[in-house]
Amino acid sequence: MKSAVIVFPGSNCDHDMFYALQVMGMDVEFVWHKEKRLDNYDLVVLPGGFSYGDYLRAGAIARFSPIMPAIVEFARNGGAVLGICNGFQVLVESHLLPGALLRNEGLRFRCQWVYLKVENSNTIFTSQAPNTRPLKIPIAHGEGRYFIDEAGLQQLIRNQQIVFRYANAENEVVASANPNGSLYNIAGIINENGNVLGMMPHPERAIELLLGSDDGRYIFESLIASSKEKKNVHSVVDG
Amino acid sequence: MKVAVKVRLKKSILDPQGKTVHNALLHLGFHDIKDVRIGKLIELTIDDSKSRDEVLQMVEEASHSLLANPVIEDFEIEVEEEDQ
Repeated sequence: MKSAVIVFPGSNCDHDMFYALQVMGMDVEFVWHKEKRLDNYDLVVLPGGFSYGDYLRAGAIARFSPIMPAIVEFARNGGAVLGICNGFQVLVESHLLPGALLRNEGLRFRCQWVYLKVENSNTIFTSQAPNTRPLKIPIAHGEGRYFIDEAGLQQLIRNQQIVFRYANAENEVVASANPNGSLYNIAGIINENGNVLGMMPHPERAIELLLGSDDGRYIFESLIASSKEKKNVHSVVDG
Repeated sequence: MKVAVKVRLKKSILDPQGKTVHNALLHLGFHDIKDVRIGKLIELTIDDSKSRDEVLQMVEEASHSLLANPVIEDFEIEVEEEDQ
C-alpha cells in the first residue's frame, strides 16, 4: 500500500505520521505542498501542525496550496484521504468535509488522552476497530470545536457520517468527556462517499503500547484491509 | 481605494475569546459592559484603476472565498477611502 504525507509549511506531525505508516508496513512518501500531482497513491494523509501559522483561520490558507486541486481530484475519484488535526481543519476549509472547527470552548490548548467511541465501524477507516470498547488516542489542539448547523448535523447523523465521538473509558458519550465543546461530542467525521475522514485526535501518536496506547493502529489496519480487498476485486475484474 | 472587511462570528456561535475578555473587563470594574464578541478587521488597499462597483464585487468574492468562512462567520464591506 502506497501512501503520501502532504507537507505544508508549518506541518509538524508529518514525520510522526511517516513513521507510523512505515511501522504499519506501508510505502510512504512525503509530498511537498507545491507539487501539483499525486501519482498512484492508495492513501493521502494531511498531517497535523500549524500550516501557514494558522493565519486567518486554521487551514484557511493551506486550502489554496498548489497541491490541493490534486487532492480534491484524488478524493473525487474515490481515493482514501485522512486528515488529522490541522489536516481535518484543511479538509473542512476546502469543503471536502462539511462544517467548521472553532476555538476550543475553554480557550485552552488541550493536550491529553481521550477515549473515542467508534460510531460507525462500517468504513474503510474503522472496519478493524473493536466495537465493545473505546479507542484511546491523544489530542493536541487549540481549535477543535466542531460546528455545523442543525440541518447539517441531522444530515451527518442520518448518513452515519459521524465516525468518532468523545466518550469516557466506559464508551459512554457524556458531556464531561468533551474536551473542546464540540457539537454532539464530534471528534471525527467522514464524507458522504466514505473515502475522506477528518479527525482531531492523533492516531499516529498511538501506535506503540510503550507510549501509552496502540489503538491508533486500528485505523491504519482498516485502511490496509480495505486496500487489499480493493486490489482483490480489481484482480478478479481484470482476470 | 481603501476597503475594510469586518468579519464576525455568527450570532449563534459561542465566542469564548469574547467571554474571557468580558470577564477581564468586569474585573477591572467595567460593570456596564454586558457582552463582548471579538471579530476581525481586514483592511485592503486596492488598485486605483477599478471602479467602485468593480471593487465591491471583487471584495465580496474575496470575502466569500477566503477572508470569511460562511459556515461560521458573517462579513460586512465598507469603503473607507475613495480615490480622488
